[in-house]
Amino acid sequence: MPLLEVNNLRTSFHTNDGDVYAVNDLSFSLEKGETLGVVGESGSGKSQLVLSIINLLASNGHMEGSIRFQGQELVGMKPREINRIRGNRIGMIFQDPMTCLNGYLTIARQMTEVLIHHQGLDYASAKKHSIEMLDAVHIPDAKSRIDRYPHEFSGGMRQRVMIAMALLCQPDLLIADEPSTALDVTVQAQIIQLMNELQQEFGMSIIMITHDLGVIAGISDNVMVMYGGRICEQAPVFELFENPSHPYTQGLLQSVPRLDTAGSVKLHSIPGNPPNLLRLPPGCAFVDRCQKVIPACGWQQPPLL
Amino acid sequence: MLRYSLKRLLGAIPTLLILMTLAFFMMRMAPGGPFDTEKSLPPEIQANLDKKYHLDEPLIQQYGRYLLDVVRGDFGPSFQYKDYSVNELIATGFPVSLRLGLSAIAIALVVGVGLGTIAALRQNSSADYTVMTLAMTGISIPNFVLAPILILVFAVYLGWLPAGGWNDGAFKNTILPIIGLALPQIAYISRLMRGSMIEVLRSNPIRTARAKGLPERVVILRHALKPALLPVVSFLGPATAAVITGSVVIEQIFGIPGLGRYFVQGALNRDYTLVMGVVVFYGILIILFNFIVDLVYAMLDPKVRYS
Repeated sequence: MPLLEVNNLRTSFHTNDGDVYAVNDLSFSLEKGETLGVVGESGSGKSQLVLSIINLLASNGHMEGSIRFQGQELVGMKPREINRIRGNRIGMIFQDPMTCLNGYLTIARQMTEVLIHHQGLDYASAKKHSIEMLDAVHIPDAKSRIDRYPHEFSGGMRQRVMIAMALLCQPDLLIADEPSTALDVTVQAQIIQLMNELQQEFGMSIIMITHDLGVIAGISDNVMVMYGGRICEQAPVFELFENPSHPYTQGLLQSVPRLDTAGSVKLHSIPGNPPNLLRLPPGCAFVDRCQKVIPACGWQQPPLL
Repeated sequence: MLRYSLKRLLGAIPTLLILMTLAFFMMRMAPGGPFDTEKSLPPEIQANLDKKYHLDEPLIQQYGRYLLDVVRGDFGPSFQYKDYSVNELIATGFPVSLRLGLSAIAIALVVGVGLGTIAALRQNSSADYTVMTLAMTGISIPNFVLAPILILVFAVYLGWLPAGGWNDGAFKNTILPIIGLALPQIAYISRLMRGSMIEVLRSNPIRTARAKGLPERVVILRHALKPALLPVVSFLGPATAAVITGSVVIEQIFGIPGLGRYFVQGALNRDYTLVMGVVVFYGILIILFNFIVDLVYAMLDPKVRYS
């Protein structure tokens, strides 16, 4: 049994202009210990996909389909039950470490509450365990820093704290929503390396969302390319980079700037704009921007290879 | 912290000086004087009175004399309440207004924060609309309408509470004035609280707290309440200063011997020293409460530290 199995997931948001479908009939599965990279441009539905998994959609959001985690159905689960999974079996890291920690509480308070709530530890042992976890994400002098407030940490350090917090209960699945996007490049590399290390140490599965293909190449086993709320390509990481089959993936890969080309070369970009999620075309969502379009693209989705 | 407090309090001196100067000269610019009556006084008596209260001196000399007196903590004699000094009038009126005002603010804080939070948690539900409609009504009904309605309902029709009077501060006599003072504040605070709570609940730290699987109660009380309270705290500073110095209307309608009515009586009677005394006293309280607000801010928000 896969760790996570998503079937025909549709996530929509009710707005005054109509229902916006951020995730459209999407299915995939994730094995234990596997790292799945999810790429796509802004608005492709990556974040809403993972927010759907832990049931944290905005109040006007709605899910259909099925999300099975360790055999348990998460769609339609009661808040009490989903709270037993969030932060415990599924850890989550968000994009912007500068704003995601609570600036009014000490790091100790924010970390220990997870252990106290999920594992019933007392404060002293929860704090001891939290310090160990901060050590594991290489926060220097964790023992004294744990009593500080988030604004006393740099961006990279805060993201390490977020990671440590997400891993406190040794979750089976870690969801990372662009964990390195808001950080500068050297810190990005450190964070990605850290996640690799921690995965080897704790053996959890990871869903890594990013729009940085370099990050994907560095960490993933499999890659899922999203466009317009749908999967347009899914493949093992080497295969995807070697032999991208969907024109959108090909376009994405061509858009990566390279250092090894001689002279000044104009950067490649995919012409056009992402589709309006209020009115998605019946066929392939990429149809308006695709350079290899054929008539069939207009009424049917290209099969996943 | 001590140094900061000292600096802040010293910094208040220029503010008070400007306040006193403006109030002093504006008061003197107003036509009429403290001893004007229907029948004009014989010139000799008028001259004697003016001499006694130094009103015959040049204005600038009077101003200097007044400043020196205030520095010594003496607001001078009242022109109208002949046997009382302004200090004595404030000392008898203020405790009454303070007691009513503090009770009203405390009630308003608890009820307003509670209602605002409930409205925010059930945004766009009937509970939300009910609270906000009541709050809007509370803000738009002036207290000279509100107070008589309270008296009509609770004193005249139901006969539960006295219609007015102080009765040496008996608890029964304080209930209606306190409600009259608290209701508009409840309205303001609940609206403020609702707005800031809605904003906080949509913020990233709250999403993180939810992603940690914490129960909703913990998310609200531990993670959302503190940041959501900050705008309420800023509002509370000047609001408390205003409410504890007494509402003219409420004290007049309920016949309460508080500080508020001296404002109006003093101004109408051109009781120069009384008006000045009350204005300066009010100014000191405003400064003091804004200072307290800043201290509370530092307690709530770890990013704010004074050194």
